[in-house]
Amino acid sequence: MSTNNTASSELDFDTPAAKRHRNIRALKDKFASAGIAFGGISVIVAILLIFFYLLYEVAPLFESAKIERWQDNEQTVAPYAVPGEGNTLYLTMEEQAEIGLRVTDTGTFSFFNTRNGEVLKKESVSLPEGVTVTSFALASEYSGIFALGYSNGQAQVFQHKYKSTYPNGVRVITPGIEYPLGAETIQVSDGPLEVLALNGEEDTWTLVGGQQSKLNAAQISLTENLITEEVMAESDLVAMPDMNIPANKILLMPDRRWMLISGEDSKLGVVDMNAEGGPKVTQLIDATPGNITSFELLLGGNSLLISDDKGETSQWFLVRNEDNEWLLTKIRDFKNGSAPITGISIEHRRKGFAAITDSGDISFFTTTAERNSLNAAVAKGNVDMIALAPRSNALLVEQNGELTLWKIHNEHPEISWSALWEKVWYEGYQEPEFTWQSSASTNDFEPKYSLMPLAFGTLKAAFYAMLLGTPLAICGAIYTAYFMVPAMRRKVKPFIELMEALPTVILGFLAGLWLAPFMEVNLAGIFVTLLVLPVAIIAFAYAWACAPKAIRFLIPEGWDAALLVPVVIIATMFSFWIAPGIEQVLFGTEMRYWVSNELGIPYDQRNALVVGIAMGFAVIPTIFSITEDAIFAVPKHLSYGSLALGATPWQTLVRVVMPTASPGIFSAVMIGMGRAVGETMIVLMATGNTPIMDVNIFEGMRTLAANIAVEMPESEVGSTHYRILFLAAFVLFLFTFFVNTLAELVRQRLRKKYGSL
Amino acid sequence: MRQSFTEWTKSGAPWVWLNAGAVAICMIMVVGLLSLIAVRGLGHFWPADIVQAEYKENNNSIRMIGERVQVQEVAAEQLRDGGVNVPADVETMDRVLMKIGNRDHGGTDFIWILDDFIEESSKPEMLFAAERREWGNFYGYLRSIKESGNEVAAYDGYEKSADYEALWNEFQNRIERAEMIHDQIKDIEKGKIGSINYELERLRLKERALQLKEVTDTAKYAEIDARRAELNAEYEGLQGELLDLYNAVNRDSITAEIANGKIVEFKVAHIVRAFLPNDMGLGGKTGHYFAKLWEFLSDDPREANTEGGIFPAIYGTVLMVIIMSVMVTPFGVVAAVYLREYAKQGFVTRVIRIAVNNLAGVPSIVYGVFGLGFFVYFLGGHIDDAFFAEAKPAPTFGTPGLLWASITLALLTVPVVIVATEEGLTRIPRAVREGSLALGATKFETLMKIVIPMASPAIMTGVILAIARAAGEVAPLMLVGVVKLAPSLPLDGNYPFLHLDQKFMHLGFHIYDVGFQSPNVEAARPLVYATAFLLVAVIAMLNLSAIQIRNHLREKYKALEM
Repeated sequence: MSTNNTASSELDFDTPAAKRHRNIRALKDKFASAGIAFGGISVIVAILLIFFYLLYEVAPLFESAKIERWQDNEQTVAPYAVPGEGNTLYLTMEEQAEIGLRVTDTGTFSFFNTRNGEVLKKESVSLPEGVTVTSFALASEYSGIFALGYSNGQAQVFQHKYKSTYPNGVRVITPGIEYPLGAETIQVSDGPLEVLALNGEEDTWTLVGGQQSKLNAAQISLTENLITEEVMAESDLVAMPDMNIPANKILLMPDRRWMLISGEDSKLGVVDMNAEGGPKVTQLIDATPGNITSFELLLGGNSLLISDDKGETSQWFLVRNEDNEWLLTKIRDFKNGSAPITGISIEHRRKGFAAITDSGDISFFTTTAERNSLNAAVAKGNVDMIALAPRSNALLVEQNGELTLWKIHNEHPEISWSALWEKVWYEGYQEPEFTWQSSASTNDFEPKYSLMPLAFGTLKAAFYAMLLGTPLAICGAIYTAYFMVPAMRRKVKPFIELMEALPTVILGFLAGLWLAPFMEVNLAGIFVTLLVLPVAIIAFAYAWACAPKAIRFLIPEGWDAALLVPVVIIATMFSFWIAPGIEQVLFGTEMRYWVSNELGIPYDQRNALVVGIAMGFAVIPTIFSITEDAIFAVPKHLSYGSLALGATPWQTLVRVVMPTASPGIFSAVMIGMGRAVGETMIVLMATGNTPIMDVNIFEGMRTLAANIAVEMPESEVGSTHYRILFLAAFVLFLFTFFVNTLAELVRQRLRKKYGSL
Repeated sequence: MRQSFTEWTKSGAPWVWLNAGAVAICMIMVVGLLSLIAVRGLGHFWPADIVQAEYKENNNSIRMIGERVQVQEVAAEQLRDGGVNVPADVETMDRVLMKIGNRDHGGTDFIWILDDFIEESSKPEMLFAAERREWGNFYGYLRSIKESGNEVAAYDGYEKSADYEALWNEFQNRIERAEMIHDQIKDIEKGKIGSINYELERLRLKERALQLKEVTDTAKYAEIDARRAELNAEYEGLQGELLDLYNAVNRDSITAEIANGKIVEFKVAHIVRAFLPNDMGLGGKTGHYFAKLWEFLSDDPREANTEGGIFPAIYGTVLMVIIMSVMVTPFGVVAAVYLREYAKQGFVTRVIRIAVNNLAGVPSIVYGVFGLGFFVYFLGGHIDDAFFAEAKPAPTFGTPGLLWASITLALLTVPVVIVATEEGLTRIPRAVREGSLALGATKFETLMKIVIPMASPAIMTGVILAIARAAGEVAPLMLVGVVKLAPSLPLDGNYPFLHLDQKFMHLGFHIYDVGFQSPNVEAARPLVYATAFLLVAVIAMLNLSAIQIRNHLREKYKALEM
């Protein structure tokens, strides 16, 4: 008992000071509650943010495209009269879609402001008296090089170019016309050039032109005068034999070996310019159901697009057949309604195009993805010409002498379900294939974004890892939980669990730099070990069972694992020792050579077997730990009951313990698989990272995770490639999240079940 | 005791033994892996003997000097295919990987040769090995020492003698002198000139910031210009000093005889250390071993990371982990406390718990992608726009760096801390909490004085496990901030001392980079093993200390548990 000094008064809890103190404490408590709730919720939100952010980055891939009238300062840009005079031959825009160019049949080039039609610069070709412009040919949108054909049989090549300067921090674009083949005209034919085609690169060019059935080819080589930087063109004129196809339009592929002729109605002719004995028609095809209305080369010049008056556009390219012949083959067609297509415009940077019908409806297609990303009406009735801007963000429509500017939002048309997950027939390939090839050096490269090889590689790596890891981990866990003496279990379990913390970069590095070369030399040894080990263990066990009691009782039951350590080591060494001999007897050479030479299976040094072993090693602790817990948690009275009824320990395990623990083992395998699927460093280091689809255990693979690690740093922010890598991450995220949730739910149910037992 | 085999099989004993075998295999694999790393990693620093031998192939004889690195058995058939003249009765032959060094004279520093063709193998005591700042190791016989081009001492012969000893000692003294000057040069170049450059850059940014704000106060510009002039003057002075030092360090050179008998000359300044491995006793070798070990731990890497030390990688890893744990601990604990103590238990908390649990199993590369997209490009980009406009177009925080790497890893490991803390909180008996509340403590006071201390073992365990995971994680870091070679440490003497925007080096990435991207993998391999061993040791230590701390704290609060 304590006595109060001021015994006269009772303890007063309601002094102002105590009240204030209490208030402060209550206030503190309230603040803390709010603070913790805020902190807690924000951490949880931050974690969940991952999901939504990944989704946010991926979503634009699947957004549909939009088209609207161009707006400047929230004012819709009004249609304006076409600049320049005559009929349009060619309409295009520069990079920023600020300046347009219109080339007309009077030989004038009008550069104009695309917002209001104001003519910024006008140039005309100087034509001799009585000569008119009769034809037009475009080398490629990307180069900006084009040619005009004249009625006197001459042609002239031009290039539109733009210079950006920044006086006073404001961008000023100056357009100009240049003459890449020299300012002189080039004689192509002695009659008027009714049709004309142009292609080439650097200093060799070819012009083909003439009348419908009488064509000439001019081979041009350029020499530059080093001092004056003047370009001299040397022309070599070759008359072409009659092809018997009256040409309405001709196109020349960039290799200048193949010429394509659009004939009457639906006729399509393919001419091999380098054929023996002069140019020769190799194919004459009835290409379309209706009459050909538009005939263009896709970006890169390797694909032909043909539209007809039945609303169909088809893509064709040259495919090599078994006899090593190149045949122009129809790859796919695009159709949106049956209104006649009157014109198409090719995208400058992507394998896509826009097609317009006679009712003014425009459709955007992407060839690789076979995707129709947008359909809209941009005019009423027939339009004269459409032109896409280089960045495919603007469209000019010419109708009845007026130009209208449209804005297009079409960021990622290259992606569709079929492009990601189905076989796609890429340009230059013999047949449809699954291919991942995200970048190359050239501008007209066709990106190949099939996720199939990556998903396949991921599952392949996980499969081989699980093949090795699961049996070892589950068997080990069964023994540790059910048979092992507690003293040893207390040591073994934490030890194996400690391995879960082993950085995978170390496993990967050992797999790539130690195991892979080792295995290359000792391949047979690995397989011999797989066979010898179980036999050796059983043999030893039987011998032990037959040994006299005096020896057997030296080691109490439950220490078998320790006893087996030397057995396993000796058996492994023995296997590697006898392996070369077995190899010689069975294959007559090293197994690796036998595999690649006799079986015809390619052998990579860093292959799926290496990954399987290294990643199997990484998943063992995960599976082991959870399985062990599940088996150990099975109530003891179940097994005691079984043993009391006369079952052997093994029977008890198989019939009583395992069925009870099986959901736990299932969830262990699931979590192990989640780990194997998402593992990055091991696969990155232990495989060749080639995205191939082959189940062969002796070849490598590329997984989704490794692919992200390899390509993410180089991908341009916001590009399709960047978003696809996010998609890959999102797929990984969803997969592991799903698998883990499943495992977690199973485990929770298991726990409830044990509770009821 | 004889037993029939069928009887024995029926009892299920073979299966039990096979299961036991699985445990044995797991243990052997684990132990084997750790010993492989330990042996290869630690063995690298031991000075190997240099062998001199005559190599006879197709009647040609060449003298070879080098270290035997590895012996391998190859099938004779394979050699015959390769055009080697192998006697008919031979099935296999031994192939030796020799480190012959002298890359500047031979082109490669490793070659494979056949053991059977080696004759007259010896280990002359006079052979010396020199580690150089470039071109890898040098092996040969010391012939003379030159000072400013004039020979000051020379020796010609292959036998050890007093003259030679004197020459060798002179050589060692000159290496020491060069080393000292070299340290001074480094101090000036990295330290002083580095600071000046850093301050100049800051001045430039300051000026740019003023221009951006359209400040017209010329006094401010003048101030900057004055300081700049001052720094430039200082820089000029240091340049002069450096020039003198370079002249001094390049004064000495040596000539040496290499394997093919040629005499070559090179500067003493290029040598890091020279030693006579064949002439060293056990004591000498041990000393050399620890010197090399210390160099490995404390020095900068040389020669594209294939030689020298890994100090910047250790430093970067530790710093990143510290920043990460400073972030992850409070947030993880607060989230767990909220989930367990404050949130209403129900369906939502159950779902959140499962979600948090599962996030621990989401592949780390996904976190890396998130970190790059959200932290680096999105957050970092906006921070740059708001606060570092003067540095544009060069990004400050809009590029991978230490801060983003730490935050990404914090996010990666926060589920570990939450799960562990929650587990600790559940284990505290209700009675303890209720006792505290009954005595009039508020909820917050109960939390701070009773619950958290009791849960601290669990919290500590969680944090240490998080650290162990973060230290070994590489995949996300490749996207958010590590580089193979960082020019400066992220924590140094330049204001603001801790450079959160800088890129850094990391042990795990170092292993990947040196082992797989290095131009000279053969030479780098031992160093990778050593780095791997260090990383394993650090992580094992962290995990073991987690267990220790848990046990210790458990002991401490045992009395409270019922």
